[in-house]
Amino acid sequence: MAHAHKLEIFRGLLKFKNNTQKIWGVLIFLSIVTAVEVLLGIYKPRVLTHSYFLGMKLLNWIFIVLTLVKAYYIAWDFMHLRDEKTALRRAIVWTPIFLVSYLVFILLFEADYVYNVYKEGFIKWNF
Amino acid sequence: MESTVTTGTATENVWGGGNKPLGASYGKMMMWFFIVSDALTFSGFLAAYGFSRFKFIETWPIADEVFTHVPFFHGNYPMIYVAFMTFILIMSSVTMVLAVDAGHKMKQNAVIWYMFLTIIGGAIFVGSQAWEWATFIKGDFGAVETKGGRILQFIDAETGERAALSDFAKIIPSERANHERKNGVWFYDEGYRPTFSMNEVTEGFLANPNILIRTEAIHQEGEKEGEKTLLTREESLEKIKDGKLVVEGANLVRNEYGSRLFADFFFFITGFHGFHVFSGVVINIIIFFNVILGTYERRGHYEMVEKVGLYWHFVDLVWVFVFTFFYLV
Repeated sequence: MAHAHKLEIFRGLLKFKNNTQKIWGVLIFLSIVTAVEVLLGIYKPRVLTHSYFLGMKLLNWIFIVLTLVKAYYIAWDFMHLRDEKTALRRAIVWTPIFLVSYLVFILLFEADYVYNVYKEGFIKWNF
Repeated sequence: MESTVTTGTATENVWGGGNKPLGASYGKMMMWFFIVSDALTFSGFLAAYGFSRFKFIETWPIADEVFTHVPFFHGNYPMIYVAFMTFILIMSSVTMVLAVDAGHKMKQNAVIWYMFLTIIGGAIFVGSQAWEWATFIKGDFGAVETKGGRILQFIDAETGERAALSDFAKIIPSERANHERKNGVWFYDEGYRPTFSMNEVTEGFLANPNILIRTEAIHQEGEKEGEKTLLTREESLEKIKDGKLVVEGANLVRNEYGSRLFADFFFFITGFHGFHVFSGVVINIIIFFNVILGTYERRGHYEMVEKVGLYWHFVDLVWVFVFTFFYLV
């Protein structure tokens, strides 16, 4: 079979014999990550909800990182980005990453500013 | 054949024209163009959601308390059903990628079966989303809106559980004149009307000393950090005077869960995503029939399955983000 699939994930830590096996392997990994997210979401360990990093709860950072991990494996293995040419992959991945980081940065800072205006301003809105 | 289908021919001069430098056919390139632009659209929505949430960070509804239902079961099961939906979508993504894989090996029957399973998974997901919408719109406990547009919810002081309006509202018989078509030139049908009037809720509240009011405000520090503020009975008696409207369930103007924007974003983002899933299912069905008819067998390659697969995985990818930002964070 002349399929040129790259059959290893986790930087070569896990190697699969064929593509079908890799797909099931990725499914198991994604399911585990989702299960961890759901368990954390239900139990909300106090250690994680009461410590902050860059103004956001540690738990939320964990959720966001796990989401990006899932997104990576969906894009790389299900959407075959791992097997595409480097130039195509970079064009697809870095364009949104750049634009979205910019948008999120600007909007969240603005929102925080508006929050402070509401909080310290003289207009009563929470009544 | 390559791992991803290419229909181009390789020549020595990569950028000299007449070949495909990125190793992707025209159709696949265009699918990627669409996916990138659509990803930016969804990012815009989610970033706008983040904006509103950071703006009202102290009063935003807590998702765990809103999405607690599972079909056919009573009780409080936060997250379980959404997790199930996520799993269904990932599962149908897997059958899709297996269909693509079978297509590369030119196994028509395997492609047919995997496409079929993918369509079933998509249908289950859309159905679940419809159910979730219905539950969200119907609401469960009911609440009261104040003059300022804030939501007041009710708690049973003995159990600490949420109290539904029907648990304590007093039924006060009253006459209500209905406007009818024969009485007016400008007649509009009467809109939605809650089960209880504000008066009935207030009277019932005054008569039941066990009922307390919970406001939207989230404790920012101390022992109860992250929880909504529960008023004492005295504070509650004072607060109920601000009540103006009875709110049950959710619509685009107000909802019983809290901030008005919460329901708006819920309908808009999950609706837009649900529409993507729906159109994905429709496209999958078209391709499914093409596979059965042997169109791609005659064409010599199953690239069309791969392209629709890309779209399907993208829908899954978006859900992963919606799941995180709507239900988890």
